[in-house]
Amino acid sequence: MEHDAAISHSGASKGTLSSYVTGFILAIVLTVIPFWLVMSGALSPGHTLAAIFSAAVVQILVHLHYFLHLDRSSEEQWNVMAIAFTAIAVVVVVGGSLWIMVNLHERMGDTSLLIHALRPMIG
Amino acid sequence: MTTDVLDTFPAHAEDHEHADPVATTAFGFWIYIMSDCILFATVFAGFVVLSHNYAGGPTGKELFDLKYTLGETMFLLFSSVTYGFAMLAMHKERKQQVLGWLLVTFLLGLGFIVMEVNEFTQMVVAGHGPDRSGFLSGFFTLVGTHGCHVTMGLIWMAVMMAQVMTKGLTTPVQSRLMRLSMFWHFLDIVWIGVFTVVYLTGVM
Repeated sequence: MEHDAAISHSGASKGTLSSYVTGFILAIVLTVIPFWLVMSGALSPGHTLAAIFSAAVVQILVHLHYFLHLDRSSEEQWNVMAIAFTAIAVVVVVGGSLWIMVNLHERMGDTSLLIHALRPMIG
Repeated sequence: MTTDVLDTFPAHAEDHEHADPVATTAFGFWIYIMSDCILFATVFAGFVVLSHNYAGGPTGKELFDLKYTLGETMFLLFSSVTYGFAMLAMHKERKQQVLGWLLVTFLLGLGFIVMEVNEFTQMVVAGHGPDRSGFLSGFFTLVGTHGCHVTMGLIWMAVMMAQVMTKGLTTPVQSRLMRLSMFWHFLDIVWIGVFTVVYLTGVM
């Protein structure tokens, strides 16, 4: 049918049963690991923080790949370009806000836990 | 006869790949999602900046029950994969299966919202509303913005179930289902950030 051809080109519709199930299992694992790390306190706070944020980044990539089917194919080129630009904007907004506010807090003599956790990461 | 905008496009006017109206609207919707991403980034930044301004009020450690939040997370994650199954059924032109999976997805999403509203209500009743501290203002803004998006997604899903029932799996309906799938998966991605930044980090 005509509309089959029309719809099959589009990014979000290229999934297969195995891609959804693989993505789902990976997402569950990447949710349960940080949950367990925080509940058990198995690692030091600094390592736990690094581990849960790494798991989150990997899980976001898993969702983008297995659920939203972003890849390097030519049909996806502009979608990837747009998300790359968005990622830069997100880093500027979040990183910039933290950079400014952490410095401000520090100069005001505020020594909350957040600052100690972020100090090694932010100049 | 139909008034659907997509039907007014010539079906295969050009051989040019971007002439396909379904792909063009999907790309436009992707750009919307990217702008929504920036919106969430600002709300995340606001939350993190305020995340230790307790004003003598409760901290995340005192307020959050991580097991409860894991339950919410699972509702959203299961709903993401069941929506994927609805898309697979759509490609096989199986209308009843599409409706079935959409209903399952809708109920899972509703479960998430019910849990969230319950959490919010308990916090406000206990005097830990958004007016209590900067931390709680940031919390309600961030988690509430995500919850609003999920609620809009649920309304959209209900409309799509009605359209699948009445119109069938026509090209415009398939195109809308695909955009809702992008929206739904995107909200699950945002929730990964909320779960990590607000809840996991909050109880540490």
